[in-house]
Amino acid sequence: MSDGYRAVIIGTSAGGTAALKVLLPLLPAGYPLPVIVVQHLHPLQNGAGMLQFKYSCYLPLAVAEDKGVIKAGYVFFAPPNYHLLFEDASTFALSVDEKVNFARPSIDVSFKSAVAVFGAGLIGVILTGGNRDGAQGLQCIHARGGLTVVQDPKTAESPYMPRAALERIPADHVLSLNDIGRLLAALPETEINAE
Amino acid sequence: MQENERIEIDLFLEAIFRRYGYDFRHYARASVRRRLERLMMRSGAASIVELIPLVLHDELFAQTAIYEFSITVTEMFRDPDFYSAVRSKVLPYLATYPFMRIWIAGCATGEEVYSLAIILQEEGVYDRTTFFATDFNDQALQQAQDGIYPLNSIRDYTPNYQLAGGRNSFADYYHAGYQSAVMDPGLKAHITFANHNLVTDGVFGEMHLILCRNVLIYFDKELKNRVLHLLHDSLVYGGFLCLGTRESLQFTEVQEAFKPFDIKQRVYQKQNR
Repeated sequence: MSDGYRAVIIGTSAGGTAALKVLLPLLPAGYPLPVIVVQHLHPLQNGAGMLQFKYSCYLPLAVAEDKGVIKAGYVFFAPPNYHLLFEDASTFALSVDEKVNFARPSIDVSFKSAVAVFGAGLIGVILTGGNRDGAQGLQCIHARGGLTVVQDPKTAESPYMPRAALERIPADHVLSLNDIGRLLAALPETEINAE
Repeated sequence: MQENERIEIDLFLEAIFRRYGYDFRHYARASVRRRLERLMMRSGAASIVELIPLVLHDELFAQTAIYEFSITVTEMFRDPDFYSAVRSKVLPYLATYPFMRIWIAGCATGEEVYSLAIILQEEGVYDRTTFFATDFNDQALQQAQDGIYPLNSIRDYTPNYQLAGGRNSFADYYHAGYQSAVMDPGLKAHITFANHNLVTDGVFGEMHLILCRNVLIYFDKELKNRVLHLLHDSLVYGGFLCLGTRESLQFTEVQEAFKPFDIKQRVYQKQNR
């Protein structure tokens, strides 16, 4: 497989804020990977949604900027009304290209761009959501040998997005939010032990 | 694998440049990759190298490819807070000049140009302003000049116009037809639409205000720096440069040459020497 995990990317839509409130606090301080969140939000909600997690997270939160540095141990949010892309493994890029799946940011767009730079070192996570965005992106991560994680549709506030992903690929892990949190928290460690 | 992809992209961009003179070699790779994917899908090419003979020998395809690389997605009053800041902070400053020159660099289909023209009209300074709206995509530029937009998208802009502090009804600024809206010709009176390529063309005038929003995000760091020097050289001292709300001058070569005027809205002012 890979030389180890390099980044976590999470896609979510309807119900996403509540789901992230459960998931993000489970990641420990000093987490060794960058965590990138692509959530469908209203274009005018300029980073305000992020504040909801601020006091419950161990990790510092930031809105991704164009040509901004991708740092381990941070949670980066895609800014509303932009597509979030990856110029290389340490640099974000933004675009205002047309919406994909009626969304900007589109999860498919970000996942595909992320796998182009992180390859098999990418961990892709699909959480609750009300449309099909992200399914194709997760399939690309799967095809390149990355790790795929999908929230168990039975536990999702809106099961449509996890189901759409599972229709395309058999994810490596199908779990509740709490278990996804535990898995993500433990993954980098198991990787180091294995080496 | 990733090294091969880089070589293929380089070769494709080199082919366009040497054959047609359009220089995309320093465009941000993240977006280039997306565009090439789309071109491959459209043409049925299985790899990026397969696009090279197409672009060299088929001029129609080359035209499509070149347009594919130019950004044509804009909205009116995108980021209403930005337009409010122009209205309440930038214009009072610029209004002290006897006349103003404004450059909308990379105007695409013109939505931003009309948004700004509306603000200047409402603030009573339109008549002493000259606008230069430029793009390298002639097709987009023609659309900008025509000022005709789909009616449903115009309706979507109405709340943004209001949030930007609009003083009238947005419908006052366009004439609605069956499916499209024609912008009020009065808005166009002081706008010059012209072809200008930020990558290859130079300074053409001394501006008081430059909008270059969400354009530099498509360039790599080197090209971004080069274009920022061009924009800097095109401004009077005390003139303003406006970027998109998620891009900045931080870590660029011109960072010291500007001072942040409204950092949240990414409005910068050119420093006196």
